[in-house]
Amino acid sequence: MSAFVYLYRSEDAAFRAAMGSPEQMQKSMQKWMAWMKELGEKGHIKDQGHPLERAGKVVKGKKAITDGPYAESKDVIGGYTLIEAKDLAQAVELSLGCPILEGGGVVEVRPVLKTGM
Amino acid sequence: MELHEHLFRREAGRMVATLTRIFGVENLALAEDVVQDAFCRALEVWPFRGVPENPSAWLMATARHRALDVLRREHTARRFAPELARSLEAEVTLGAAVEDDQLRMMFSCCHPRLPETAQVALMLHILCGFGVDEVAGAFVSTRAGVEKRIARAKKVLAGSERLFEIADAGDFTARLPAVHRALYLLFNEGYHGASAEAAVRAELCEEAIRLAALLFEHPLATPATYALGALMYLHAARLPGRLDAAGNLSALAEQDRSRWNPELIAAGQRLLERSASGPELSEYHVEAAIAAVHASAPRVEDTNWAQIVSLYDTLMTIRASPVVALNRAIAVAQHEGPERGLAEIGAIADRERLAGYPFYHAALGELELRRGKNDAAAKHFRAALALARNSMERHFLEQRMVACQGAVASRGAAP
Repeated sequence: MSAFVYLYRSEDAAFRAAMGSPEQMQKSMQKWMAWMKELGEKGHIKDQGHPLERAGKVVKGKKAITDGPYAESKDVIGGYTLIEAKDLAQAVELSLGCPILEGGGVVEVRPVLKTGM
Repeated sequence: MELHEHLFRREAGRMVATLTRIFGVENLALAEDVVQDAFCRALEVWPFRGVPENPSAWLMATARHRALDVLRREHTARRFAPELARSLEAEVTLGAAVEDDQLRMMFSCCHPRLPETAQVALMLHILCGFGVDEVAGAFVSTRAGVEKRIARAKKVLAGSERLFEIADAGDFTARLPAVHRALYLLFNEGYHGASAEAAVRAELCEEAIRLAALLFEHPLATPATYALGALMYLHAARLPGRLDAAGNLSALAEQDRSRWNPELIAAGQRLLERSASGPELSEYHVEAAIAAVHASAPRVEDTNWAQIVSLYDTLMTIRASPVVALNRAIAVAQHEGPERGLAEIGAIADRERLAGYPFYHAALGELELRRGKNDAAAKHFRAALALARNSMERHFLEQRMVACQGAVASRGAAP
């Protein structure tokens, strides 16, 4: 088994627009929870990870600290999860059930660099 | 922890009602925004952390927090009295206060400057948390039309200076009939409405009952309030029987009455008894009484049709309409035979106003079929079919057309 990180990226405005009514949001919520539960039950979740605030600071140096990422940024990372999968292909396959895809967001699947390589 | 079905929708209504009371009605849009934000936040956090112990409190706290942020960050802060932020911080949502907030919003939505259709759409949108698409779906209207209607209604509401003051007994009593009427229309949209989805319609009935129930224990509720509740419960009890095992519409006369909900019938009967105090006899009293006669007949042949005809006579004196007259004629036909029924239909004043109503033609078809005039019946059913509003009605009417070709005439009336 290898480790992968899912980065959940979406544009804030598009994310909100895709949400629609409270009922649709609840349905989306239930899909998220079902998806995560299923991953967990199949033993693919190494660390559920965390949701992230959409704004913080972008630090480029002592004198170059700015607010960011900006709310209008195309893809803000909204959270991450540490996954276990056989290979990259399987990690990608498992990510296809993520409800963020229905709201115009993306899942970035990145292999964790193996030690000693 | 599992999410309660429709939790977000219900909470949306409660939260917007409470926050609008705090912000003032002119800031309805702000209340709606921060509620939306709270749901977005839940969507980002709950999948990782699980549903909180008390999701309602979590959502309200998040919306409140968000509102404080907005007030602090934006220059609008100056426009708000400083005590607003304090009252937001101190706001504790108690059950009774939340109910009052919903009542206040319900009465506000029934603003006299709004047409009844707009009042109902607004209630469904603000108090029941239905999105514009969902309201459009429920009323089988276009999204653009509903959006315009709701936007215009919100403008009237936001421009009304303050939310309706429910503590003023005089104002409360004066607006109560409009509130009854809007709830009645909401319920009817679910019960008789055009939406093809039984689930959508059942939800409308459920929402109307939930909102009406806010009134039942109110000290200023009137016998008409209880009668309205009775009619909702007694009709809702029949909902499971309106669809047969195959999910098709089933006429009242042919429904499997064992599928009617006995608890709802009992609740309706209790409210009907409670409504029988005082001299007031509203249309809701009469409609509930008609529903109660049906509910008390274990089989269709046990129905006391004479009593139903006489109740329709009363209803005609309170709120005459061609549809009421048509239902009366159908009851007469059950009681005295199809010829008498057809004569009664022929005598309806403003009969031409029924021409666009599919169940007018269907009723004519049933009565012709019952007196053996299958060709005439088929013609009426064909006219009804052309007016059918959804696939369920179409299927029902197609079955009736088939019955016209067969030898055995069945005795269905409008469902």
